[in-house]
Amino acid sequence: MVRLHIDYDLCSGNGRCYALFPDLFTDDENGYGQTVDGGRVSDHELARRATLCCPEKAITAEE
Amino acid sequence: MHNTLTGPGTETVSDIPEYPMARDPRCPFAPPPQSLELAASKPVSRVHIWNGSSPWLVTGYQEARALFSDSRVSVDDRRPGFPHWNEVFAATVHERPRSVFTSDAEEHTRFRRMLSKPFTFKRVEELRPAIQTITDDCIDALVSGPQPGDLVAALALPIPSLVISRLLGVPYEDAEFFQEQAEIKLARFASAEENAKRSLVLANYMAELVEAKLADPAEDAVSDLAERVKAGEITVKEAAQLASGLLVAGHETTANMIGLGVLALLEHPDQLAVLRDATDPGVVANAVEELLRYLSIVQTGQRRIALEDIEIAGEVIRAGEGIIIDLAPANWDPEAFAEPDRLDLRRAGAEQNLAFGYGRHQCVGQQLARAELQIVLPTLFRRIPTLRLAVTMDEVPFKHDRLAYGVYELPVAW
Repeated sequence: MVRLHIDYDLCSGNGRCYALFPDLFTDDENGYGQTVDGGRVSDHELARRATLCCPEKAITAEE
Repeated sequence: MHNTLTGPGTETVSDIPEYPMARDPRCPFAPPPQSLELAASKPVSRVHIWNGSSPWLVTGYQEARALFSDSRVSVDDRRPGFPHWNEVFAATVHERPRSVFTSDAEEHTRFRRMLSKPFTFKRVEELRPAIQTITDDCIDALVSGPQPGDLVAALALPIPSLVISRLLGVPYEDAEFFQEQAEIKLARFASAEENAKRSLVLANYMAELVEAKLADPAEDAVSDLAERVKAGEITVKEAAQLASGLLVAGHETTANMIGLGVLALLEHPDQLAVLRDATDPGVVANAVEELLRYLSIVQTGQRRIALEDIEIAGEVIRAGEGIIIDLAPANWDPEAFAEPDRLDLRRAGAEQNLAFGYGRHQCVGQQLARAELQIVLPTLFRRIPTLRLAVTMDEVPFKHDRLAYGVYELPVAW
């Protein structure tokens, strides 16, 4: 199990995370990403791809 | 003069390849073979462009990602040494207003914010039923017409322009006029005078639309821009320019992805079946990502300039040197995508493609483009399962001469 985290100092609302990984993220009122289910993901490879999709490097995964 | 253009190391001017490079007509979906050869030897290397300068060409996937999100890399096309696309772009650089495409940092953020609201995920999701209806109507018109029909004229061009007119908030009764004006501008043999005339007609129309939305706002992109006018941030003319920009950026590009995507799928029937038979939206979404990667239609490189010295891939890009990030070879980098020359709609990680760019300047309309492709492609093959190419591959007119790759016409039968 890993936990995904969005750093809102870096997030600029590009929306790639929730467009590409709708099971892991959703959007808020202003188009910023939010993690789903507290960011818990069991598939490590999926979590890794999710961190890579962010152009602002705002998404991190913790074991 | 030429000696100063020689790169570091031992290469001489004559070793430096010319850019842009030509595709091989026998492999019309592949990036130019020379760009792949270059990529195989070095992810960052020098090329010659039209004005005799030798900017850096970036063909490696990791290097492209790194430079796209590096704040030492600028899009400011007024800086000396900027590797312009061609003579016309270079000559008119001081006539063009600063825009979202040519501004950095805070100035860019200001422009970008004005455009991001109409493209939020929610807005795009709300457009899906309208995209489906537009798609079904265009397919109805195609199948009720004569065979062969031209898929570009029947679907690829009208669908994106009708969708953009919905996004902008063009009234229903003006949609046909708007679509006609937009399409004439993209005609293969349109004269410069004709283009200038259409641009003026569209600019005037857009300014009138901004005025109309100022008086009577709705939930659409032009109303969002009118709000910025009301707040005193931009003028009506600037709002009209931004609205026209959305049409320019989203029309031909999406049209090319539809036309070229249909052709690529017809040439790969096993892959076509994956998309046609998919019931899981995730499978459709991944298929679209793979088509975006495989076809990489933006073909003449994203132009940048270094603000400071940048060390990358064993080279040093000096401050003031031009950088061209070439999306197609980066999307065919075997380090990032195994067997990149294989169209594999089930490819894991296809969404990591750079088709929309990356970083601050990545395509603002990418969610809309994805939604359109996710709807148009499966709908077409489900509704016309017998769709086939009505000419041979060598008779298909490819857009080798445009900023975005695609097909001018696609004669199909069923």
